[in-house]
Amino acid sequence: MIKTVNLNKKFGNLHVLKDINEEIEQGEVLVIIGPSGSGKSTFLRCLNLLEEPTSGEIIFEGVSITDKSNNINKQREKMGMVFQQFNLFPHMTVLENITLAPIQVKGLKKDEAEEIALKLLKRIGLEDKANGYPNQLSGGQKQRVAIIRALAMSPDVMLFDEPTSALDPEMVGEVLELMKELALEGMTMVVVTHEMGFAKEVGSRVIFMDEGKMVEQGEPKELFNNPKNPRTQDFLRKILV
Amino acid sequence: MDFLDLDFFMQYYRYFLRGTGVTLSVSLFGVVFGTIVGVFLSLLKLSNNKLLKGIATSYIELVRGTPLLVQIYIVYYGFPMFLPFSLSRITLGTIAVILNSAAYVAEIIRAGIQSIDKGQMEAARSLGMTHAMAMKFIIIPQAFKNILPALGNEFIVLVKESAIISVIGIHDIMYNADTLRGITYRPFIPLVYAAIIYFIITFTLSKLLGIFERRLRLGDQNS
Repeated sequence: MIKTVNLNKKFGNLHVLKDINEEIEQGEVLVIIGPSGSGKSTFLRCLNLLEEPTSGEIIFEGVSITDKSNNINKQREKMGMVFQQFNLFPHMTVLENITLAPIQVKGLKKDEAEEIALKLLKRIGLEDKANGYPNQLSGGQKQRVAIIRALAMSPDVMLFDEPTSALDPEMVGEVLELMKELALEGMTMVVVTHEMGFAKEVGSRVIFMDEGKMVEQGEPKELFNNPKNPRTQDFLRKILV
Repeated sequence: MDFLDLDFFMQYYRYFLRGTGVTLSVSLFGVVFGTIVGVFLSLLKLSNNKLLKGIATSYIELVRGTPLLVQIYIVYYGFPMFLPFSLSRITLGTIAVILNSAAYVAEIIRAGIQSIDKGQMEAARSLGMTHAMAMKFIIIPQAFKNILPALGNEFIVLVKESAIISVIGIHDIMYNADTLRGITYRPFIPLVYAAIIYFIITFTLSKLLGIFERRLRLGDQNS
């Protein structure tokens, strides 16, 4: 579904992604782990061109999105993204947050978009917050709204950039639960996270990234219980005390 | 109150009243159209096109680096040389004020736009919105709320600064005070009244602005 070919990203002299060749299959839940600065977030942000790769190619559903003549907005409609800091629009109600893109980008009618939005809000139990503002929500609620805002565009893949890192510990669970539901429904997901429990339980494949490279990957059980690369071993030892 | 000479004011208050109308309208037009032009200037300045960016930056620097007095004369004498039709003094004076104000407003707006967290733009773009859509629906509405107090302040500044358009014969408060000096041979009293009127206007405006800002902040709590 998404394929990267010799993907490189440099910030000035800093070589953040080094020749990454990777393929993400439909329906898989790919979890990317690794120390901070390993390039995992940058990799994720390259997939929908929020970061422009320095060189290399990214192919999404058969289209080379790095091609200069490609209009990335079309593919972004199909790639939902969830951010660490939620990035809800604070000047709009929860409902408006969710319906804005379906109306403006997809051209849905207002009542159609609202119907979809309310259905999604009901699913996460926040339909009574539809006309409230993001500031009236807890962190966990904000992130769940951010997730369904992306879902309202009915994307083919969801990209999660450390979705629980900015949350109070007691709110992490509700967000991971929603992500797990999505995974069970067969949503293709790429998740950058430090939640090893989630990676083990929900991930269909785990990649360990370090210094801009995919160092090791495999099925979660295999990678967590039996890491081959010394750097993976080292990382897991530190993180799984 | 001999010092204020109320009889003088009662006799000539119409001059001040008319002048106040002119000053307020020039300032209001200045800030409203200055804001419209300023929005475009700031968008040019923030654009990725080097040429457009250069034009906007040079314009802003030039206007901010030269006195309003000079700009008014340049517009007053310069514009009629290039325009096939004639414009009234007050129109020319107002144009000069708008062109001046636009540069300052552009900087206020640029700062307002840049103060919005970049995650907002990223979230909007990640949903498939174009840059223009994101600006229109997400960035500018939030920036505008932040810069409204600064825009109000710009209006107050214009009320005071606009006194300078009297040099091209626009009958604002300052000009009429000067006229009264000529009529009555009393230089002091008309100026005192002019100062009082300017002060009443700016003081009232800044108080209104304060109330408005408090309202905005209250609004922030539930948004």
